[in-house]
Amino acid sequence: MLKINNLQASIEEKEILKGINLDIKPGEIHAIMGPNGSGKSTLASVLAGRADYEVTEGTVEFMGKDLLELSPEDRAKEGLFLAFQYPVEIPGVSTTNFIKSAVNEKRKYLGLEPLDAAQFLRNMKEKMKLVEIDQSLLSRSLNEGFSGGEKKRNEIFQMAMLDPKLAILDETDSGLDIDALRIVANGVNQLRTKDNAFLVVTHYQRLLDYIVPDFVHVLYKGRIVRSGTKELAKELEVKGYDFIKAEVDQEMA
Amino acid sequence: MHEENDDILEQVTSSEYKYGFVTDIEADEAPRGLSEDTVRFISAKKNEPAWMLAYRLKAYKHWLTMEEPKWPNVEYPPINYQDIIYYSAPKQKIAPDSLDDIDPELRKTFEKLGISLNEQKRLSGVAVDAVIDSVSVATTFKEELSKVGVIFCSMSEAIQEHPELIQKYLGSVVPATDNYFTALNSAVFSDGSFCFIPKGVRCPMELSTYFRINAANTGQFERTLIVAEDEAYVSYLEGCTAPMRDENQLHAAVVEIVAMEKAEVKYSTVQNWYPGDKEGKGGIFNFVTKRGICSGAHAKISWTQVETGSSITWKYPSVILKGDYSIGEFYSVAVTNNFQQADTGTKMIHLGKNTKSRIVSKGISAGKSQNSYRGLVSVAKNAGNARNFSQCDSLLLGDKCGAHTFPYIEVKNNTAVVEHEATTSKIGEDQIFYCNQRGIDTETAVALIVNGFAKEVMNQLPMEFAVEAQKLLAISLEGSVG
Repeated sequence: MLKINNLQASIEEKEILKGINLDIKPGEIHAIMGPNGSGKSTLASVLAGRADYEVTEGTVEFMGKDLLELSPEDRAKEGLFLAFQYPVEIPGVSTTNFIKSAVNEKRKYLGLEPLDAAQFLRNMKEKMKLVEIDQSLLSRSLNEGFSGGEKKRNEIFQMAMLDPKLAILDETDSGLDIDALRIVANGVNQLRTKDNAFLVVTHYQRLLDYIVPDFVHVLYKGRIVRSGTKELAKELEVKGYDFIKAEVDQEMA
Repeated sequence: MHEENDDILEQVTSSEYKYGFVTDIEADEAPRGLSEDTVRFISAKKNEPAWMLAYRLKAYKHWLTMEEPKWPNVEYPPINYQDIIYYSAPKQKIAPDSLDDIDPELRKTFEKLGISLNEQKRLSGVAVDAVIDSVSVATTFKEELSKVGVIFCSMSEAIQEHPELIQKYLGSVVPATDNYFTALNSAVFSDGSFCFIPKGVRCPMELSTYFRINAANTGQFERTLIVAEDEAYVSYLEGCTAPMRDENQLHAAVVEIVAMEKAEVKYSTVQNWYPGDKEGKGGIFNFVTKRGICSGAHAKISWTQVETGSSITWKYPSVILKGDYSIGEFYSVAVTNNFQQADTGTKMIHLGKNTKSRIVSKGISAGKSQNSYRGLVSVAKNAGNARNFSQCDSLLLGDKCGAHTFPYIEVKNNTAVVEHEATTSKIGEDQIFYCNQRGIDTETAVALIVNGFAKEVMNQLPMEFAVEAQKLLAISLEGSVG
């Protein structure tokens, strides 16, 4: 589904990603972990197509297409979804309205008729249950005045509505209390199928108790330095990142 | 990123005007230039009574003593008032009996604008008094209105048929001597609309007028008068588009509203005149005076405007709150793009006790345009317990445009409560990226964000206008996105 080969990217001449290799297949959940500043969020942003970053080297194939050639909106319509670490507020635009535009843009791209109001509403009601989100919240301006937990739940709700092939969760657990974390994770688990995949970017192991990954990768200084199963995450939880840093720095020296 | 996004914004905001076309209709024109003879020519053309000619001449003589105002925050080349044609009427039988009598060219123009009268007549229940080049060519629903005693007709007709009302109210809210452009308008106004709602009548339909400027070099001087007697109600809609022109065209309209005891008048405008091209060439100069008076207690006047057109807009729809407990409202969205300049706002003059006013102004600037809000809230000495709330928000697209706010507050009574809030924001690249990531392209994203920003005002518009106005906001800011 997603094949990243030697991906290098920089921002304002500063090299952040120094050669990422990653292969994600349908039905898999991958976790990207790593200390602050290792390039986790950069990877998520580059895949989604944020223009601040310049890709200097490497290729990314998504669903058989050259991802890097696609505009951010086309990446989205091809089925790539990014749950933002800091969801953006758009005053005066209700979540309902916003997500309706998004859903219908995607349908148009896929050559489908726009959803009529009744279908859309039915669909929405169903997905609202997944993340225990309230109708009144969706009628309010997008993310405006939402609590941290509400914003993250809204991201997962949008994900459910758009039904992506690959969802990237960028530190979705940050700023969440344990209840919100459980709700978010529960939503993700229910959306999981054999045909879609998730890339979970997180600093802490905590989220991975709820969303159990098939693979765990540790990103450090712009490279994936360790890959393993969920046991690797457990190890990190106990030892912290320092032991990996020390090992890697020694290898590189 | 910054540069790239600004490029996108620039592309998005430099779109072509979609309503640029010229109707080929023979015009019956006044000679170029302005003199006492011009004023007499117009009055004679319209078979006006002597009192009307006298009114015009008096205004003209006063105009000669005045100077063009220089205080607005706009710049434009000097206007040569002798190079303007002050009267132009389509050559055809005036006041047709049915829509079939209308010049087919004219009908086509309406259709291009999406305001087919047939359709209007059949579907919308909106009475349309369409003005093309200053003469009313079609009036519908008149009969139904007359059953309840509502008068809705062209100003020319009103001068002939209802001279007592015109003599009583014309110039009663906006005197001819009020300012340079009202004096000019009072001297040479060619036509406009008159609307009279008698005591206790709730007008059974929305009243609507479409103005168009057509023949080249023709100044358009519209005159609108709305009178709502005690406990009357009317919602009046004015909407405009104009053909593309290279020369600047002067437009100086006057709108007067009288709302008596417990009367309510809602006046909505969508203004989309030709704004000039991307280099700032051409476009309409729009110098408008709009004012209403709440003459009786508990009267209410509400102005709602969506201004997207004209190269220069100079316009301050105002309310004089004379009656105790009267209410004035002003809701405005002003969009400027490319080289457009807008200096617009309102005046709320509190004279009566317990009067209230509310101002919501949303300015959207793009391209190299300048957008100013200028507002006055005045509370007179005897206006006890007056309340005002003002909200002025500006949204910037790109970094070459400007937004300015000039709020004036004059309070002479210490029981008054006057609040003013203002914000300025930019469409953030993170907002656009967020939309992109959900599959929404930049152009659609800008339209979505802008409509969200203007929502509070758009919600004030009558339903059938709101949809049109939403599209207009998007069109005004759209372009090819790379």
